[in-house]
Amino acid sequence: MPDYMPHTEAEIESMLAFLDLASIDELFDAIPKALQVTGGLAMADGAPEPDVAFEMQRIAAANRGAASRLVCFAGAGAYDHEVPSVVRALAGRGEFVTAYTPYQPEVAQGMLQAIFEFQTLISRLYGLPISNASLYDGAASVTEAINLAVASSKRQGVLLSTGVHPTWRSVVKTFARGTGHEIIEVGLVDGRTDLASVAGREDIGTVVVPQTTFLGTLDDLSAARALCDQLGAVMVVVSDPVLASVLKSPGAMGADVAVGEGQPLGTALSFGGPYLGLFACSAAQVRRLPGRLVGETLDEEGRRAYVTTLRAREQDIRREKATSNVCSNQTLMAVTAAIQLGWLGTSGLAEVAARCISSTRHLAEAVTAIDGVELLLEGVPVARDVAITTPLAGEVLLERLADEGFLGGVALSALVEEGDGSVDPALRERTIVMSATERRTADEVERFTTAMATVIR
Amino acid sequence: MTAGAAPGGRASSAPLIGNDREPTLFEMSVPGRTAYQLRTTGIPVRPLAELLPAELLAESPTDIAEVSERDLVAHFTRLSHRQFSVDLGAYPLGSCTMKYNPKLCDTIAAMPGLADVHPAAPASMTQGWLELMVELEDALCEVTGMAAATLQPSAGAAGELTGLLLMAAYHEANGDRRRRVLIPDSAHGTNPASAALSGYEVTTIPTDERGLVDLAALREALDADVAGIMLTNPNTAGLFEEDIAEIAAAVHEVGGLLYYDGANLNAILGVVRPGDMGFDIIHMNLHKTFATPHGGGGPGAGPVAVSQRVVDFLPGPKPTRLEDGTFGWSTPPRSIGRVHGWHGNTLVLARALTYIKVHGGDGLRRVAERAVLNANWLRRRISEHYPAAHDRICMHEVVVTGTALKRATGVRAIDVAKRLLEEGFHSPTVYFPLIIDEALMFEPTETESLQTLEALAEALDRIAVEAHEHPDEVTAAPRTTPVRRVDEARAARTLIPTEDARV
Ligand SMILES: Cc1ncc(COP(=O)(O)O)c(C=O)c1O
Repeated sequence: MPDYMPHTEAEIESMLAFLDLASIDELFDAIPKALQVTGGLAMADGAPEPDVAFEMQRIAAANRGAASRLVCFAGAGAYDHEVPSVVRALAGRGEFVTAYTPYQPEVAQGMLQAIFEFQTLISRLYGLPISNASLYDGAASVTEAINLAVASSKRQGVLLSTGVHPTWRSVVKTFARGTGHEIIEVGLVDGRTDLASVAGREDIGTVVVPQTTFLGTLDDLSAARALCDQLGAVMVVVSDPVLASVLKSPGAMGADVAVGEGQPLGTALSFGGPYLGLFACSAAQVRRLPGRLVGETLDEEGRRAYVTTLRAREQDIRREKATSNVCSNQTLMAVTAAIQLGWLGTSGLAEVAARCISSTRHLAEAVTAIDGVELLLEGVPVARDVAITTPLAGEVLLERLADEGFLGGVALSALVEEGDGSVDPALRERTIVMSATERRTADEVERFTTAMATVIR
Repeated sequence: MTAGAAPGGRASSAPLIGNDREPTLFEMSVPGRTAYQLRTTGIPVRPLAELLPAELLAESPTDIAEVSERDLVAHFTRLSHRQFSVDLGAYPLGSCTMKYNPKLCDTIAAMPGLADVHPAAPASMTQGWLELMVELEDALCEVTGMAAATLQPSAGAAGELTGLLLMAAYHEANGDRRRRVLIPDSAHGTNPASAALSGYEVTTIPTDERGLVDLAALREALDADVAGIMLTNPNTAGLFEEDIAEIAAAVHEVGGLLYYDGANLNAILGVVRPGDMGFDIIHMNLHKTFATPHGGGGPGAGPVAVSQRVVDFLPGPKPTRLEDGTFGWSTPPRSIGRVHGWHGNTLVLARALTYIKVHGGDGLRRVAERAVLNANWLRRRISEHYPAAHDRICMHEVVVTGTALKRATGVRAIDVAKRLLEEGFHSPTVYFPLIIDEALMFEPTETESLQTLEALAEALDRIAVEAHEHPDEVTAAPRTTPVRRVDEARAARTLIPTEDARV
């Protein structure tokens, strides 16, 4: 009976005696007998840790696509970045990992200061004065941004660029079932949001555009700002935090709210979670901010101290009138991001961004030299992702590349639904999105290109 | 009753060297200093202006902070020393189930083969992950008595919102538009907040003198406009809703569904199942019941399980066991759609499955038994100074009231909570549930020893005596912590949310 409970049989006896109970079962007398489980749960008995570790290793070994087994050229919202030992060691400290939400600030200054540093970093990257302490993931952040923007504009119409990651758009549409927001998806023309298609639609109070689309192209944020001015709409920009270090920030481009996926800041690929929802906004929107916010203040003796603030927005106080229902967030990933950014520093983050952009271009040039492999969008600059078409169905190509030792990218047919405005329907089946991070080498790209040429032939 | 061994959960011996303020990363920064080291790639880095339109490029890269690796380690290590955690000592924070988080689970979650899998990798390359998720879904359904589950929601609140959208989809499929959700006044704030986001109006149901849902008031509120009720059972007062069968029958009778807030599932593992109580939709907090660490505020995971009649509406794509024994993805026929950007907080799911496998069905029942035993032992042990709001057998947590103490001494629940920090224990939850005056909610969990509970009780006794003799000593607490009470009003009045906002 291996477990983590300290009770000896003698202690259980004495505790029951203290309670004037004859058996443990009497503790549950308030539960109607007819409802109680009889004969135990239909599941295996417990097993010692080493047995479980072996079993979990077997399961892990069945993941052929792990980046430790296949060289990873997949991106599309999740990236294979360097996470050094120092970041893993610090982020894995038990004090950070096993704390709860900082409800008692006197014994939570560690977490609170780390979150304050995180908020500062995200505020700088996004060029906006306010950042919250994190949301669940990029999809949750864009959903919350829309909730904020609709509350602010008091108009239900939401322009959502199809350059925003397809699964995030699915999430937005799911939650719009509850809020009643009208989500108007707008297609891409040459990798940019087709803003002209909604000219004059005054029911739109929110415009959501990506700084870089999930296909890697750069959207026209100036045009989006102009549209927002014309409609009196709130401008929400989805921004990759790595690219944000070298591009003009969302704030500088006029965004009222900037959101993104913080996974590239120190969180492993992890099969998709836990990731990190980033959320920044202008000072004018701070009282509509979803989630927790840490502020600097003083303690009774005038010492600098940190505390969660503007709490009257939150669900535990405001209940059904709260700005959001979020309670638990992804603080550990936020602290991890602060540590990773501290490790990278100003020049390190800029170098990672430059390498991602350069290496993805290098990759694109290499593979498009193969007969039959073409860019999805010829002559359109891309940042850290690039979409290519090949003679093979994307999913078939990826299977064959895996046999050669590569996770070759993400098949669009698996990512976007048929009829999605982001891509020419005739090409969807044969398109994959690829990415090369700062970890990919010239040798890997060369071998990958050879493998692709072979499997296509 | 005093045991001999020293209490393992009392953190009063933790050394904190000095009490200077810790500089921020930015204050430690020295221009030109670096820590990072990247792989040698052999791919030349071209000037960005050659690759991207110049008008989109920033003039200079974002200013981060420039520190050495050595200073980075020192800084975050010192910050960690300013942080209470389960690893450090007992954390009886009610409603949060701050049990010990087994280290094995961390090792599993960091394993190559799990931690380094791209979320868009095809199913043929992620068979292990799919199997893990299917197995976890099966285990959670067995524990809760439900038919199927989604593992996508990232936390309890996300589970609530998902569950309420499922409720709405179910009614809609029956051509039934219902506008109201019933929620007891003892409920957690996320319940009404989630209801609002799913488009429902909230009708609050009062609590009766037993501390349970007022059955008469509930019956009164029920009609064909009620989509369902959200219940926590045991409820937030730590009491089992004894009338659950009657409640379920009454709600079902008007065509409503029952939603179960699983925050308190720890109390009933292997004892009674929400499905058998009549619930149709439930969420679990894996970061409570299944010991996945809370990370200082998250990540959690809030899987939602449903009864047969709601199965078709579950979010997709769902990990699925295929007929040939392999695993794939499938989307339920009338799915509400995705509720997560990928597949959920997957590494949290891996930790939870590991915990479940170590405990097994037998161990999970022991978890509930000992959690409830510990809470009841503490309830009686501290009852002289801290009477329970409802003095009878509780479940995994006990809510005591400081009303009498406050009246006699002026010392409030928050003061007791702060003074307890000096004694080496994390505070209980205070002022929740909102309906109990001067509430102090203790949830010792099953992983604290009798010696630790005794030490906690002795500390509470000392505080009560002190409150009568020297109330100023109690209200002055805490004095031994890295900072003393913080000025929350000032934080809100002169908002400084970033280093750059300082004047
Ligand atoms: C009773 C109850 N319901 C719901 C929640 C919300 O869960 P989460 O923080 O995971 O969103 C909590 C968490 O504190 C809770 O205690």
